[in-house]
Amino acid sequence: MKTIHFTSIKNLIIGVFFILVATTSTFAASSDSEEEEFDVTNMIMHHIKDAHDFHIMDWNGHAVSIPLPVILWTENGLVTFMSSEFHHDDIGSVVVERNGQKFVKFHEEIYYASEGPNADGSYVTMNADAHPQNAHPMNFSITKLVFSMFLSILLLLWIFGLSARRYDADGVPKGIAKFTEPLIVFIRDEVAIPNIGEKNYRKFMPFLLTLFFFIWINNVMGLVPFFPFSANLSGNIAFTGVLAIITFVITTVNGNKDYWKHIFWMPGVPVPMKLFLAPIEFIGIFIKPISLMIRLFANITAGHIIVLSLISLIFIAKTAWISPASVFFAVFISLIEVLVVAIQAYIFTMLSALYIGSAMEEHEH
Amino acid sequence: MDLVTPDVGLLFWTFISFAILFFLLKKFAWKPIVGTVNDREKSIKEALASAEAAKLEMQNLTADNERILKEARAEREMMMKEAREIKTKMIADAKEEAKESADKMIAQAQSAIESEKKAAVAELKSQVASLSIEIAEKVMKSELSDSDKQLKLVEDMLGKATLN
Repeated sequence: MKTIHFTSIKNLIIGVFFILVATTSTFAASSDSEEEEFDVTNMIMHHIKDAHDFHIMDWNGHAVSIPLPVILWTENGLVTFMSSEFHHDDIGSVVVERNGQKFVKFHEEIYYASEGPNADGSYVTMNADAHPQNAHPMNFSITKLVFSMFLSILLLLWIFGLSARRYDADGVPKGIAKFTEPLIVFIRDEVAIPNIGEKNYRKFMPFLLTLFFFIWINNVMGLVPFFPFSANLSGNIAFTGVLAIITFVITTVNGNKDYWKHIFWMPGVPVPMKLFLAPIEFIGIFIKPISLMIRLFANITAGHIIVLSLISLIFIAKTAWISPASVFFAVFISLIEVLVVAIQAYIFTMLSALYIGSAMEEHEH
Repeated sequence: MDLVTPDVGLLFWTFISFAILFFLLKKFAWKPIVGTVNDREKSIKEALASAEAAKLEMQNLTADNERILKEARAEREMMMKEAREIKTKMIADAKEEAKESADKMIAQAQSAIESEKKAAVAELKSQVASLSIEIAEKVMKSELSDSDKQLKLVEDMLGKATLN
Protein backbone atom coordinates (compact mmCIF):
# COMPACT_ATOMS: atom_id res chain seq x y z
CA MET A 1 0.00 0.00 0.00
CA LYS A 2 2.75 2.38 1.04
CA THR A 3 4.85 1.48 -2.00
CA ILE A 4 1.96 2.14 -4.38
CA HIS A 5 1.38 5.48 -2.72
CA PHE A 6 5.05 6.35 -3.04
CA THR A 7 5.23 5.32 -6.69
CA SER A 8 2.26 7.49 -7.60
CA ILE A 9 3.86 10.50 -5.91
CA LYS A 10 7.09 9.80 -7.76
CA ASN A 11 5.24 9.64 -11.06
CA LEU A 12 3.50 12.87 -10.29
CA ILE A 13 6.78 14.63 -9.53
CA ILE A 14 8.39 13.34 -12.72
CA GLY A 15 5.37 14.39 -14.74
CA VAL A 16 5.36 17.90 -13.32
CA PHE A 17 9.07 18.15 -14.01
CA PHE A 18 8.67 17.29 -17.66
CA ILE A 19 5.79 19.70 -18.13
CA LEU A 20 7.85 22.46 -16.53
CA VAL A 21 10.86 21.70 -18.64
CA ALA A 22 8.78 21.50 -21.82
CA THR A 23 7.15 24.89 -21.20
CA THR A 24 10.43 26.51 -20.22
CA SER A 25 12.15 25.26 -23.35
CA THR A 26 9.27 26.47 -25.56
CA PHE A 27 9.52 29.91 -24.02
CA ALA A 28 13.25 29.80 -24.45
CA ALA A 29 12.97 28.69 -28.03
CA SER A 30 10.40 31.37 -28.94
CA SER A 31 12.31 34.21 -27.36
CA ASP A 32 15.70 33.10 -28.61
CA SER A 33 15.31 34.73 -31.95
CA GLU A 34 14.33 38.11 -30.57
CA GLU A 35 16.57 38.46 -27.55
CA GLU A 36 20.29 38.66 -27.35
CA GLU A 37 22.46 35.60 -26.75
CA PHE A 38 21.75 33.86 -23.43
CA ASP A 39 24.83 34.32 -21.25
CA VAL A 40 25.15 31.13 -19.18
CA THR A 41 28.17 32.24 -17.17
CA ASN A 42 26.53 35.52 -16.31
CA MET A 43 23.31 33.75 -15.22
CA ILE A 44 25.19 31.28 -13.03
CA MET A 45 27.46 33.88 -11.48
CA HIS A 46 24.47 36.10 -10.86
CA HIS A 47 22.71 33.22 -9.09
CA ILE A 48 25.55 32.15 -6.82
CA LYS A 49 26.32 35.71 -5.75
CA ASP A 50 24.46 38.01 -3.43
CA ALA A 51 21.73 40.36 -4.65
CA HIS A 52 19.89 43.39 -3.33
CA ASP A 53 16.46 42.09 -4.26
CA PHE A 54 15.07 38.62 -4.05
CA HIS A 55 14.27 37.65 -7.61
CA ILE A 56 11.27 35.29 -7.82
CA MET A 57 10.63 34.97 -11.56
CA ASP A 58 10.28 36.83 -14.81
CA TRP A 59 6.77 37.58 -16.01
CA ASN A 60 6.24 38.92 -19.54
CA GLY A 61 9.81 40.10 -19.65
CA HIS A 62 9.55 41.90 -16.29
CA ALA A 63 11.40 40.72 -13.23
CA VAL A 64 9.15 39.93 -10.30
CA SER A 65 11.19 40.34 -7.15
CA ILE A 66 10.91 41.20 -3.47
CA PRO A 67 12.61 44.51 -2.66
CA LEU A 68 14.94 44.35 0.34
CA PRO A 69 16.23 47.14 2.58
CA VAL A 70 19.48 48.80 1.62
CA ILE A 71 21.43 49.98 4.65
CA LEU A 72 24.53 52.06 3.97
CA TRP A 73 27.06 53.60 6.30
CA THR A 74 28.16 56.61 4.29
CA GLU A 75 30.40 59.62 4.85
CA ASN A 76 27.28 61.45 6.09
CA GLY A 77 26.02 58.72 8.39
CA LEU A 78 23.41 56.03 8.03
CA VAL A 79 21.31 55.89 4.85
CA THR A 80 18.45 53.47 4.28
CA PHE A 81 16.06 52.90 1.39
CA MET A 82 14.42 49.98 -0.38
CA SER A 83 16.26 48.28 -3.19
CA SER A 84 13.24 48.83 -5.45
CA GLU A 85 14.43 52.44 -5.79
CA PHE A 86 16.96 51.16 -8.31
CA HIS A 87 14.14 49.78 -10.52
CA HIS A 88 15.98 46.49 -11.19
CA ASP A 89 18.88 48.44 -12.65
CA ASP A 90 22.23 46.76 -12.18
CA ILE A 91 24.47 48.69 -14.55
CA GLY A 92 24.69 51.95 -12.63
CA SER A 93 22.24 53.98 -14.68
CA VAL A 94 19.59 54.69 -12.01
CA VAL A 95 20.74 57.16 -9.36
CA VAL A 96 19.17 57.22 -5.90
CA GLU A 97 19.69 60.41 -3.95
CA ARG A 98 19.65 60.41 -0.13
CA ASN A 99 21.18 62.84 2.39
CA GLY A 100 22.64 64.79 -0.50
CA GLN A 101 24.53 61.75 -1.72
CA LYS A 102 23.97 59.87 -4.96
CA PHE A 103 24.15 56.10 -5.16
CA VAL A 104 24.16 53.69 -8.07
CA LYS A 105 24.06 49.91 -8.19
CA PHE A 106 26.50 48.18 -10.50
CA HIS A 107 26.73 44.37 -10.56
CA GLU A 108 25.02 44.18 -7.13
CA GLU A 109 27.54 46.59 -5.60
CA ILE A 110 26.47 50.03 -4.45
CA TYR A 111 28.79 52.93 -5.35
CA TYR A 112 28.74 56.68 -4.99
CA ALA A 113 27.55 57.91 -8.35
CA SER A 114 29.90 59.75 -10.65
CA GLU A 115 29.29 63.44 -11.42
CA GLY A 116 27.77 62.78 -14.80
CA PRO A 117 26.72 59.83 -16.92
CA ASN A 118 29.08 58.02 -19.26
CA ALA A 119 28.46 57.57 -22.92
CA ASP A 120 26.36 54.44 -22.15
CA GLY A 121 24.33 56.28 -19.52
CA SER A 122 25.88 54.70 -16.44
CA TYR A 123 27.17 56.74 -13.53
CA VAL A 124 30.24 54.62 -12.82
CA THR A 125 33.73 55.30 -14.06
CA MET A 126 35.63 52.23 -15.23
CA ASN A 127 39.33 51.66 -14.82
CA ALA A 128 41.52 49.76 -17.24
CA ASP A 129 40.41 46.34 -15.90
CA ALA A 130 36.74 47.19 -16.49
CA HIS A 131 36.15 47.55 -12.76
CA PRO A 132 34.41 50.61 -11.30
CA GLN A 133 36.72 53.22 -9.81
CA ASN A 134 33.99 54.86 -7.75
CA ALA A 135 34.24 54.80 -4.00
CA HIS A 136 31.60 52.80 -2.19
CA PRO A 137 29.94 53.18 1.20
CA MET A 138 29.97 50.44 3.85
CA ASN A 139 27.12 48.19 2.83
CA PHE A 140 25.11 46.57 5.61
CA SER A 141 22.07 45.91 3.45
CA ILE A 142 19.63 43.12 4.14
CA THR A 143 20.52 41.36 0.93
CA LYS A 144 19.09 38.16 -0.47
CA LEU A 145 21.62 36.11 1.51
CA VAL A 146 21.00 38.00 4.75
CA PHE A 147 17.27 37.62 4.24
CA SER A 148 17.76 33.91 3.66
CA MET A 149 19.91 33.69 6.78
CA PHE A 150 17.23 35.36 8.90
CA LEU A 151 14.70 32.94 7.48
CA SER A 152 16.95 30.01 8.41
CA ILE A 153 17.26 31.38 11.94
CA LEU A 154 13.49 31.59 12.28
CA LEU A 155 13.16 28.03 10.98
CA LEU A 156 15.81 26.74 13.37
CA LEU A 157 14.26 28.52 16.34
CA TRP A 158 10.87 27.17 15.37
CA ILE A 159 12.07 23.57 14.85
CA PHE A 160 14.22 23.32 17.95
CA GLY A 161 12.13 25.53 20.18
CA LEU A 162 9.25 23.20 19.40
CA SER A 163 11.42 20.10 19.89
CA ALA A 164 12.45 21.26 23.33
CA ARG A 165 8.79 21.48 24.35
CA ARG A 166 7.87 18.06 22.94
CA TYR A 167 9.22 16.10 25.88
CA ASP A 168 6.85 14.67 28.44
CA ALA A 169 7.53 14.50 32.17
CA ASP A 170 9.52 11.27 31.82
CA GLY A 171 11.78 12.81 29.17
CA VAL A 172 10.25 10.79 26.33
CA PRO A 173 10.33 12.68 23.01
CA LYS A 174 7.07 13.24 21.10
CA GLY A 175 6.39 14.53 17.60
CA ILE A 176 9.22 16.54 16.03
CA ALA A 177 11.51 15.82 18.98
CA LYS A 178 11.58 12.20 17.84
CA PHE A 179 13.20 13.40 14.64
CA THR A 180 15.58 16.01 16.06
CA GLU A 181 16.78 14.02 19.06
CA PRO A 182 18.73 11.38 17.11
CA LEU A 183 20.52 14.18 15.23
CA ILE A 184 21.46 15.91 18.47
CA VAL A 185 22.56 12.61 20.02
CA PHE A 186 24.56 11.92 16.84
CA ILE A 187 26.46 15.20 17.21
CA ARG A 188 27.10 14.39 20.85
CA ASP A 189 28.15 10.76 20.44
CA GLU A 190 29.89 10.85 17.05
CA VAL A 191 31.28 14.37 16.91
CA ALA A 192 31.70 15.96 20.34
CA ILE A 193 32.68 13.05 22.58
CA PRO A 194 35.16 11.25 20.26
CA ASN A 195 36.96 14.47 19.28
CA ILE A 196 36.85 16.60 22.42
CA GLY A 197 36.62 13.92 25.05
CA GLU A 198 34.20 12.89 27.77
CA LYS A 199 35.65 15.48 30.17
CA ASN A 200 35.30 18.73 28.23
CA TYR A 201 32.70 18.08 25.55
CA ARG A 202 29.71 19.52 27.43
CA LYS A 203 31.01 23.08 27.18
CA PHE A 204 31.12 22.94 23.37
CA MET A 205 27.88 21.09 22.68
CA PRO A 206 25.78 24.25 22.14
CA PHE A 207 28.36 25.65 19.70
CA LEU A 208 28.72 22.42 17.73
CA LEU A 209 24.97 21.87 17.55
CA THR A 210 24.31 25.45 16.44
CA LEU A 211 27.11 25.21 13.88
CA PHE A 212 25.91 21.91 12.44
CA PHE A 213 22.25 22.83 12.11
CA PHE A 214 22.95 26.39 10.93
CA ILE A 215 25.16 25.11 8.11
CA TRP A 216 22.91 22.21 7.27
CA ILE A 217 19.66 24.16 7.07
CA ASN A 218 21.27 26.84 4.91
CA ASN A 219 22.76 24.18 2.66
CA VAL A 220 19.36 22.54 2.26
CA MET A 221 17.63 25.87 1.74
CA GLY A 222 20.08 26.58 -1.06
CA LEU A 223 19.02 23.38 -2.80
CA VAL A 224 15.33 24.27 -2.88
CA PRO A 225 14.98 26.04 -6.23
CA PHE A 226 12.20 28.57 -5.51
CA PHE A 227 11.37 31.59 -3.37
CA PRO A 228 11.99 32.07 -0.45
CA PHE A 229 14.87 29.62 -0.66
CA SER A 230 17.49 29.03 -3.38
CA ALA A 231 19.98 31.56 -1.96
CA ASN A 232 23.58 30.38 -2.07
CA LEU A 233 24.37 31.49 1.48
CA SER A 234 26.57 28.63 2.66
CA GLY A 235 28.40 28.88 -0.67
CA ASN A 236 29.41 32.44 0.16
CA ILE A 237 32.92 32.98 1.43
CA ALA A 238 31.82 35.60 3.97
CA PHE A 239 29.44 33.17 5.62
CA THR A 240 31.88 30.26 5.77
CA GLY A 241 34.63 32.69 6.76
CA VAL A 242 32.75 33.95 9.82
CA LEU A 243 32.01 30.41 10.99
CA ALA A 244 35.65 29.41 10.45
CA ILE A 245 36.83 32.48 12.38
CA ILE A 246 34.54 31.58 15.28
CA THR A 247 36.01 28.06 15.33
CA PHE A 248 39.50 29.58 15.17
CA VAL A 249 38.81 31.90 18.10
CA ILE A 250 37.33 29.12 20.21
CA THR A 251 40.28 26.84 19.43
CA THR A 252 42.85 29.51 20.22
CA VAL A 253 41.16 30.66 23.41
CA ASN A 254 40.84 27.11 24.71
CA GLY A 255 44.35 26.00 23.73
CA ASN A 256 46.22 24.65 26.74
CA LYS A 257 49.93 24.72 27.52
CA ASP A 258 50.52 21.44 25.68
CA TYR A 259 48.89 22.79 22.53
CA TRP A 260 51.18 25.82 22.34
CA LYS A 261 54.17 23.71 23.30
CA HIS A 262 53.46 21.32 20.43
CA ILE A 263 53.30 24.28 18.08
CA PHE A 264 56.40 26.25 19.09
CA TRP A 265 58.66 23.64 20.68
CA MET A 266 57.61 20.16 19.57
CA PRO A 267 58.57 17.72 22.29
CA GLY A 268 60.34 14.47 21.50
CA VAL A 269 62.23 15.62 18.39
CA PRO A 270 65.80 16.97 18.02
CA VAL A 271 66.34 20.73 18.28
CA PRO A 272 66.91 21.37 14.53
CA MET A 273 63.62 19.56 13.89
CA LYS A 274 61.90 21.68 16.55
CA LEU A 275 63.10 24.83 14.74
CA PHE A 276 61.94 23.41 11.45
CA LEU A 277 58.50 22.38 12.72
CA ALA A 278 57.67 25.56 14.65
CA PRO A 279 56.85 27.77 11.59
CA ILE A 280 54.94 24.93 9.91
CA GLU A 281 52.85 24.32 13.01
CA PHE A 282 52.34 28.05 13.46
CA ILE A 283 51.05 28.47 9.93
CA GLY A 284 48.89 25.39 10.56
CA ILE A 285 46.89 27.31 13.17
CA PHE A 286 45.64 29.57 10.38
CA ILE A 287 45.52 26.97 7.62
CA LYS A 288 42.99 24.90 9.57
CA PRO A 289 40.18 27.51 9.67
CA ILE A 290 41.04 28.65 6.14
CA SER A 291 40.59 25.09 4.92
CA LEU A 292 37.25 24.94 6.73
CA MET A 293 36.18 28.15 5.06
CA ILE A 294 37.23 27.14 1.56
CA ARG A 295 35.91 23.56 1.78
CA LEU A 296 32.34 24.56 2.58
CA PHE A 297 32.36 27.53 0.21
CA ALA A 298 33.74 25.51 -2.72
CA ASN A 299 31.55 22.46 -2.21
CA ILE A 300 28.28 24.31 -1.98
CA THR A 301 29.08 26.78 -4.74
CA ALA A 302 30.20 23.93 -6.98
CA GLY A 303 26.92 22.12 -6.34
CA HIS A 304 24.93 25.16 -7.40
CA ILE A 305 27.10 25.68 -10.47
CA ILE A 306 26.72 22.06 -11.58
CA VAL A 307 22.93 22.02 -11.30
CA LEU A 308 22.62 25.36 -13.09
CA SER A 309 25.07 24.28 -15.80
CA LEU A 310 23.11 21.12 -16.46
CA ILE A 311 19.87 23.08 -16.79
CA SER A 312 21.70 25.59 -19.01
CA LEU A 313 22.62 22.80 -21.41
CA ILE A 314 19.21 23.45 -22.94
CA PHE A 315 20.18 27.04 -23.69
CA ILE A 316 23.67 26.17 -24.82
CA ALA A 317 22.45 23.46 -27.21
CA LYS A 318 19.47 25.66 -28.18
CA THR A 319 17.17 22.66 -28.40
CA ALA A 320 14.47 21.29 -26.13
CA TRP A 321 15.48 17.76 -27.10
CA ILE A 322 18.38 17.79 -24.75
CA SER A 323 16.08 18.56 -21.82
CA PRO A 324 15.54 14.90 -20.76
CA ALA A 325 19.28 14.39 -20.34
CA SER A 326 19.64 17.79 -18.75
CA VAL A 327 16.83 17.15 -16.29
CA PHE A 328 17.96 13.61 -15.57
CA PHE A 329 21.45 14.76 -14.64
CA ALA A 330 20.16 17.79 -12.74
CA VAL A 331 17.89 15.58 -10.63
CA PHE A 332 20.71 13.08 -10.19
CA ILE A 333 23.15 15.76 -9.05
CA SER A 334 20.48 17.33 -6.84
CA LEU A 335 19.99 14.01 -5.07
CA ILE A 336 23.73 13.70 -4.58
CA GLU A 337 23.74 17.30 -3.35
CA VAL A 338 21.20 16.39 -0.67
CA LEU A 339 23.81 13.96 0.62
CA VAL A 340 26.72 16.34 0.06
CA VAL A 341 25.17 19.23 1.98
CA ALA A 342 24.57 17.02 5.01
CA ILE A 343 28.10 15.63 4.79
CA GLN A 344 29.61 19.11 4.42
CA ALA A 345 27.74 20.34 7.49
CA TYR A 346 28.94 17.24 9.33
CA ILE A 347 32.54 17.66 8.17
CA PHE A 348 32.64 21.32 9.15
CA THR A 349 31.30 20.47 12.61
CA MET A 350 33.48 17.40 12.98
CA LEU A 351 36.67 19.27 12.05
CA SER A 352 35.74 22.15 14.35
CA ALA A 353 35.35 19.65 17.16
CA LEU A 354 38.64 18.01 16.18
CA TYR A 355 40.52 21.33 16.25
CA ILE A 356 39.00 22.27 19.61
CA GLY A 357 39.74 18.80 20.92
CA SER A 358 43.36 18.89 19.77
CA ALA A 359 43.82 22.26 21.46
CA MET A 360 42.55 20.85 24.76
CA GLU A 361 44.20 17.46 24.55
CA GLU A 362 46.35 16.51 27.50
CA HIS A 363 49.46 14.71 26.32
CA GLU A 364 51.21 12.17 28.42
CA HIS A 365 54.94 11.98 27.94
CA MET B 1 37.41 37.87 -8.48
CA ASP B 2 34.59 39.12 -6.28
CA LEU B 3 33.36 35.57 -5.66
CA VAL B 4 36.13 35.02 -3.13
CA THR B 5 36.05 38.55 -1.72
CA PRO B 6 33.97 38.55 1.45
CA ASP B 7 31.34 41.25 1.78
CA VAL B 8 31.59 43.43 4.88
CA GLY B 9 27.83 43.47 5.27
CA LEU B 10 27.45 39.71 5.06
CA LEU B 11 30.35 39.18 7.48
CA PHE B 12 28.65 41.52 9.91
CA TRP B 13 25.19 39.98 9.57
CA THR B 14 26.50 36.40 9.69
CA PHE B 15 28.38 37.12 12.89
CA ILE B 16 25.41 38.86 14.52
CA SER B 17 23.00 36.15 13.33
CA PHE B 18 25.19 33.31 14.51
CA ALA B 19 25.69 34.92 17.90
CA ILE B 20 21.96 35.54 18.38
CA LEU B 21 21.06 32.06 17.10
CA PHE B 22 23.68 30.52 19.38
CA PHE B 23 22.38 32.21 22.52
CA LEU B 24 18.71 31.66 21.73
CA LEU B 25 19.14 28.01 20.80
CA LYS B 26 21.46 27.42 23.75
CA LYS B 27 18.86 28.78 26.13
CA PHE B 28 15.65 27.47 24.56
CA ALA B 29 16.73 24.30 22.76
CA TRP B 30 20.12 22.79 23.52
CA LYS B 31 19.99 23.11 27.28
CA PRO B 32 16.54 21.55 27.69
CA ILE B 33 17.01 18.90 25.00
CA VAL B 34 20.53 17.80 25.89
CA GLY B 35 19.62 18.07 29.57
CA THR B 36 16.57 15.86 29.10
CA VAL B 37 18.49 13.32 27.02
CA ASN B 38 21.31 13.17 29.55
CA ASP B 39 18.89 12.93 32.47
CA ARG B 40 17.00 10.17 30.74
CA GLU B 41 20.17 8.23 30.00
CA LYS B 42 21.27 8.70 33.57
CA SER B 43 17.93 7.49 34.89
CA ILE B 44 18.06 4.46 32.58
CA LYS B 45 21.54 3.64 33.85
CA GLU B 46 20.39 4.09 37.42
CA ALA B 47 17.32 1.94 36.84
CA LEU B 48 19.50 -0.82 35.39
CA ALA B 49 21.93 -0.55 38.27
CA SER B 50 19.12 -0.63 40.83
CA ALA B 51 17.57 -3.64 39.12
CA GLU B 52 20.93 -5.37 39.32
CA ALA B 53 21.20 -4.40 42.98
CA ALA B 54 17.68 -5.68 43.64
CA LYS B 55 18.60 -8.96 41.99
CA LEU B 56 21.68 -9.26 44.19
CA GLU B 57 19.67 -8.37 47.27
CA MET B 58 17.09 -10.99 46.31
CA GLN B 59 19.87 -13.56 46.05
CA ASN B 60 21.21 -12.48 49.41
CA LEU B 61 17.75 -12.70 50.91
CA THR B 62 17.24 -16.22 49.60
CA ALA B 63 20.59 -17.23 50.95
CA ASP B 64 19.76 -15.62 54.28
CA ASN B 65 16.44 -17.39 54.41
CA GLU B 66 18.09 -20.71 53.76
CA ARG B 67 20.69 -20.02 56.39
CA ILE B 68 18.04 -19.05 58.94
CA LEU B 69 16.03 -22.16 58.10
CA LYS B 70 19.09 -24.31 58.54
CA GLU B 71 19.87 -22.65 61.84
CA ALA B 72 16.31 -23.13 63.02
CA ARG B 73 16.44 -26.76 62.05
CA ALA B 74 19.71 -27.23 63.91
CA GLU B 75 18.31 -25.46 66.93
CA ARG B 76 15.23 -27.66 66.91
CA GLU B 77 17.42 -30.69 66.64
CA MET B 78 19.47 -29.51 69.56
CA MET B 79 16.41 -28.72 71.65
CA MET B 80 14.97 -32.15 70.96
CA LYS B 81 18.25 -33.74 71.91
CA GLU B 82 18.39 -31.75 75.10
CA ALA B 83 14.82 -32.69 75.93
CA ARG B 84 15.62 -36.31 75.38
CA GLU B 85 18.64 -36.02 77.60
CA ILE B 86 16.62 -34.30 80.32
CA LYS B 87 13.98 -36.99 80.04
CA THR B 88 16.46 -39.83 80.48
CA LYS B 89 18.16 -37.97 83.27
CA MET B 90 14.90 -37.37 85.05
CA ILE B 91 13.92 -40.98 84.73
CA ALA B 92 17.28 -42.09 86.00
CA ASP B 93 17.12 -39.63 88.87
CA ALA B 94 13.65 -40.78 89.80
CA LYS B 95 14.73 -44.37 89.68
CA GLU B 96 17.71 -43.63 91.84
CA GLU B 97 15.64 -41.72 94.34
CA ALA B 98 13.07 -44.45 94.49
CA LYS B 99 15.75 -47.03 95.02
CA GLU B 100 17.33 -44.91 97.68
CA SER B 101 14.10 -44.45 99.57
CA ALA B 102 13.27 -48.11 99.21
CA ASP B 103 16.66 -49.06 100.56
CA LYS B 104 16.18 -46.65 103.41
CA MET B 105 12.78 -48.12 104.17
CA ILE B 106 14.17 -51.61 104.02
CA ALA B 107 17.02 -50.60 106.32
CA GLN B 108 14.56 -48.96 108.73
CA ALA B 109 12.39 -52.03 108.62
CA GLN B 110 15.37 -54.22 109.26
CA SER B 111 16.54 -52.11 112.16
CA ALA B 112 12.98 -52.06 113.58
CA ILE B 113 12.81 -55.83 113.23
CA GLU B 114 16.18 -56.08 114.91
CA SER B 115 15.16 -53.89 117.82
CA GLU B 116 11.83 -55.70 118.14
CA LYS B 117 13.74 -58.93 118.15
CA LYS B 118 16.07 -57.56 120.79
CA ALA B 119 13.15 -56.34 122.87
CA ALA B 120 11.45 -59.72 122.43
CA VAL B 121 14.60 -61.52 123.45
CA ALA B 122 15.01 -59.22 126.46
CA GLU B 123 11.38 -59.82 127.47
CA LEU B 124 11.84 -63.48 126.92
CA LYS B 125 14.90 -63.32 129.12
CA SER B 126 13.06 -61.46 131.86
CA GLN B 127 10.18 -63.91 131.57
CA VAL B 128 12.58 -66.77 131.72
CA ALA B 129 14.29 -65.17 134.74
CA SER B 130 11.01 -64.60 136.57
CA LEU B 131 9.91 -68.11 135.62
CA SER B 132 13.18 -69.42 136.88
CA ILE B 133 12.82 -67.46 140.10
CA GLU B 134 9.31 -68.83 140.51
CA ILE B 135 10.58 -72.31 139.90
CA ALA B 136 13.45 -71.65 142.18
CA GLU B 137 11.05 -70.41 144.89
CA LYS B 138 9.03 -73.52 144.57
CA VAL B 139 12.08 -75.69 144.57
CA MET B 140 13.52 -73.75 147.40
CA LYS B 141 10.37 -74.04 149.36
CA SER B 142 10.59 -77.79 149.01
CA GLU B 143 14.26 -78.13 149.46
CA LEU B 144 14.89 -75.47 152.06
CA SER B 145 14.92 -77.99 154.71
CA ASP B 146 18.43 -78.95 153.97
CA SER B 147 20.59 -75.94 153.68
CA ASP B 148 23.46 -77.86 152.09
CA LYS B 149 21.23 -79.27 149.56
CA GLN B 150 19.88 -75.85 148.97
CA LEU B 151 23.24 -74.41 148.20
CA LYS B 152 24.17 -77.28 145.96
CA LEU B 153 21.01 -76.90 144.09
CA VAL B 154 21.50 -73.24 143.49
CA GLU B 155 24.95 -73.76 142.25
CA ASP B 156 23.83 -76.53 139.96
CA MET B 157 21.07 -74.51 138.59
CA LEU B 158 23.13 -71.46 138.02
CA GLY B 159 25.68 -73.54 136.35
CA LYS B 160 23.16 -75.06 134.03
CA ALA B 161 21.42 -71.78 133.27
CA THR B 162 24.03 -70.40 130.98
CA LEU B 163 22.42 -67.59 129.02
CA ASN B 164 21.66 -68.58 125.57
